[in-house]
Amino acid sequence: MTLRRRIFSTDHRTIGKQYYFLGLFSVLLGVALSLVMRYHVVRPKALGGAISPELYLSLMTMHGTLMVFFVLTVVPQSAFGNYFLPLQIGAREMAFPRLNMFSFWTTAASLAVLLSAFFVEGGAPISGWTAYPPLSAVGRIAGPGEGLGQTLWIVSIGIFCVASVMGSINFVATIADLRCKGMTLMRMPLPCWSWLITALLSLLAFAVLLGAAVLLLLDRSAGTSFFLPAGLYFNDTSIPGRAGGSPLLWQHLFWFFGHPEVYIAIIPGMGIVSHVLSAFSRKPVFGYRAMVYAMIAIAFLGFVVWGHHMFMSGMSPYSAVAFSLLTLAIGVPSAIKTFNWIGTMWGGRLRFTTAMLFAIGFVSVFVTGGLSGIVLGQPALDLYFHDTAFVVAHFHMIMGVAATFGIFAGTFFWFPRMFGRTLNERLGKLHFYLTFAGVYALFIPMHLLGLAGTPRRYPDFTSVDFLGALMPLHRFITHAAYTVAAAQLIFVANLFWSLKKGPRAALNPWEATTLEWTDAAHPVVHHGPYEYSSPGAPADFTMQTDAPNIRSEA
Amino acid sequence: MLLAAILGVLAAGVVWLFAAKIWWFPPGIDAHAAAYDEQFLRTIILCGVIFFLAQAALAIVLVRFRQRGNQGRAQYSHGDRRLEFLWTVSTAIVFLGLALAGTKLWARVHFDEAPADALPIEVTAKQFAWSFRYAGPDGKFGRTALRFINDAAGNPVGLDDADPASRDDIVSATLRVPVNRPVKLILRSRDVIHSFFVRELRLKQDLVPGMDIPLHFQAERTGTFEVPCSELCGLGHSQMRTTMQVMTQREFDAWLAAREAQKR
Amino acid sequence: MMKNMPAARDVVQGPPPPPPVDRGWGDGDGSDGRGADRRASFTGLFVLLAATIMVFAALTSAFIVRRGMSDDWTSLHKPPILWVNTAILLASSFLLDISRRALKARHRTKFNFWWSAGTVLGILFLVGQAFAWRQLRNEGVFIATNPSSSFFYVLTAAHAVHLLGGVTALVYVDVQALRLQLGPAKRTAIDISAIYWHFLDALWIYLMVLMYVWG
Repeated sequence: MTLRRRIFSTDHRTIGKQYYFLGLFSVLLGVALSLVMRYHVVRPKALGGAISPELYLSLMTMHGTLMVFFVLTVVPQSAFGNYFLPLQIGAREMAFPRLNMFSFWTTAASLAVLLSAFFVEGGAPISGWTAYPPLSAVGRIAGPGEGLGQTLWIVSIGIFCVASVMGSINFVATIADLRCKGMTLMRMPLPCWSWLITALLSLLAFAVLLGAAVLLLLDRSAGTSFFLPAGLYFNDTSIPGRAGGSPLLWQHLFWFFGHPEVYIAIIPGMGIVSHVLSAFSRKPVFGYRAMVYAMIAIAFLGFVVWGHHMFMSGMSPYSAVAFSLLTLAIGVPSAIKTFNWIGTMWGGRLRFTTAMLFAIGFVSVFVTGGLSGIVLGQPALDLYFHDTAFVVAHFHMIMGVAATFGIFAGTFFWFPRMFGRTLNERLGKLHFYLTFAGVYALFIPMHLLGLAGTPRRYPDFTSVDFLGALMPLHRFITHAAYTVAAAQLIFVANLFWSLKKGPRAALNPWEATTLEWTDAAHPVVHHGPYEYSSPGAPADFTMQTDAPNIRSEA
Repeated sequence: MLLAAILGVLAAGVVWLFAAKIWWFPPGIDAHAAAYDEQFLRTIILCGVIFFLAQAALAIVLVRFRQRGNQGRAQYSHGDRRLEFLWTVSTAIVFLGLALAGTKLWARVHFDEAPADALPIEVTAKQFAWSFRYAGPDGKFGRTALRFINDAAGNPVGLDDADPASRDDIVSATLRVPVNRPVKLILRSRDVIHSFFVRELRLKQDLVPGMDIPLHFQAERTGTFEVPCSELCGLGHSQMRTTMQVMTQREFDAWLAAREAQKR
Repeated sequence: MMKNMPAARDVVQGPPPPPPVDRGWGDGDGSDGRGADRRASFTGLFVLLAATIMVFAALTSAFIVRRGMSDDWTSLHKPPILWVNTAILLASSFLLDISRRALKARHRTKFNFWWSAGTVLGILFLVGQAFAWRQLRNEGVFIATNPSSSFFYVLTAAHAVHLLGGVTALVYVDVQALRLQLGPAKRTAIDISAIYWHFLDALWIYLMVLMYVWG
């Protein structure tokens, strides 16, 4: 195959791998940025003060943007989904292979535009991944990085939105119309449900972000006042010609996207975890239907809770109550899933492969991260915790850790299918234990920083007296961060070594039931996806394509 | 085995870390803070129990159901409808109950208006400093305009000297309030979004350009408390810090009088 | 798992029948692959329409919020050419529909003619919109002049961008038709383009109502 055909491949497996490695590159870069940030926090004067406040804030902005968009939106959905969705539903390809190729390269273009912000005059933007106006809307006068850097950021995000919608079109059409014979919706493996739900979330959420990004760009470059009120005064200069806009309008539009976005980041992980837990418990998923309905409920509710990011914003306090009730309501389907994960393992015959360890770890950190949400979801309590390290701890636990554990579980589980070899299990387990203990050591203390009142997005802590007393906690967190980061090198080494030198894998090394572990050209499905330990069946697993007379309930 | 042990240590350790209150809120200084701390305690205890039970359940499952030699198959089950119903309903009751319990606390802060005799103080935030304006003896805030703003000359809010009501307005870089008296802050911003936060009051509110946002409280203990800006506002965000000094009515009046005298 | 060898007369002679095509509706009827492609294209289209609706929903809610907020909203005087453009757009849809019916009745030349006519009108709409913008600029109304004008430009531009995509699809079909390369597999392309175009009509009417009644 020519190089051009390989690079611009329309094969879903190649595209899946391309997305995976784009995500891998982004996460390594994102982690590197965070290590610089953590170093600066404990040694603000290091390198002769080379890390200025604006540099710190630009690293923070890019760290968040890379991680949320190019890691957590890309890998669980676009990487694993593109590779395994067609396999799991018995389709030959995604519905629109050429569109698929376009969506990958559009994503890559978006990343290139984002990274270019580092290299322009003024550097990358400093307004955080949330880019609140007026800080993000008035240009250079608001601070370094707020010139061309911020514009490039907005353009990058806009391109990403288009790529996302293209991806969603493919996922939804593939699931709706290309399932093989016998693959009813209720026989789909749970990752497929998660990819369907996530695709629907994406197409609605990213479309709104695109609209908002266009308006922000216009405020910056066309003199409009969508988000800018009258009477702005910066550095001895009054900003003329702007009137009547509302910074809150941006927040509403952004978080209308932003909250579904975090579910886009976690739902595929939930699907993968159910899938892996079932395989290594040798038991069907406990409450398959409930799991499906819970994911749907989470996605639906995810659209009506955006205001919980805005409790302190100045929006109507009455709407805060409504948002709060809906937010805590999301705890219910999340709890159902947690009970069902434990229920899946209960009474099972657990096999502790690395994939299984990460799936179990996911359940642990998902609970932890979710519980801090119970605190933040109450506006009365948010009066203290909003914009503190407690929020940072919460979303890192649930996105930075849980969603990432979902990615690790998927990687260790599916590596044999993707590359025909197995990852080294001993290195995998070492990586898991160091990471699992490490992330708790890293992020639990961050909650305590928040309890003590530490504001977030602070480049340094020397101007506020009560923050000085917390430096020992910061040092501990920084050490934990470096340890966790180092542990990831084990994973990277394992990954790249196994790609070339790993032991060759059998077609179905985990004795799993779903279609990705077969190579049938025209599969016909007779069983549900999780028929493990079916009484009367010849083996403790029944593949979905096994003959219909093998007894199973689904 | 190892993971179960780690989970056990975690479950106990994390609960202890929080329960030991080594890193905790500073003591509150108003009635709202006391009510706040109660609701928080309710919440964190509930979360702690759930956290402990969940991690423990995981640990137990790992030990009890690990594959050991040739035991035969796992229990084949697709679920249990009754159990699903039970834990769904109980979770819903617990979470929603918690949400409703916090609503009263929120209502007192934001639904209720400040008492009529509250001392009004206008807060203006800018990159990267705070200004607190007092209406002076005439009780009226004077006219301001952008064109009068002159930070170097000490007029950050743009007082219009032509307006007699402005002449007695006091603008301070730190917030001073009398103890045991209701205070009503009117929060505004000159440039980007900032946020006013006093830990001891358990209160926080964003300052949004184009909006005048009220926030009222009544401090019940004297002292000096830090006010760190709590919404990313630019490169000086972490330097944007001031203090709130709660003093006796006498001390407060004396301070105001001294500042008035300075103005004349 | 062969329990008994089949009797000689049961052995099927000749090559095995072609395998069932697997890209079928999963709920069991396994229809032909082409049908699945067609169905998938429609699903894909509806997903695209949903996303487009959300973009305009976001812009509409920004419109509503902005309008309700300050008292600086002045109604924009809209260039009358917009009515002409609207008529042109509706006409183009109508012509596309005529052409599709002609194709169903197997009149290829009629199809070619009416489809090309519809495409030309579509392009004419875009030209007309450019004229509308020019008229506004001549009156001194630019994007930042007032909030109403801002939204006018944003909404019409967003619509025009989507319409440009539609025109691309129409032109593609047209070129294929004129080169006589419009086989049965391309019917889906015709239907998808036409439906997308009708959607943009409906969207345009919605925007006209929004701008004339509230703008």
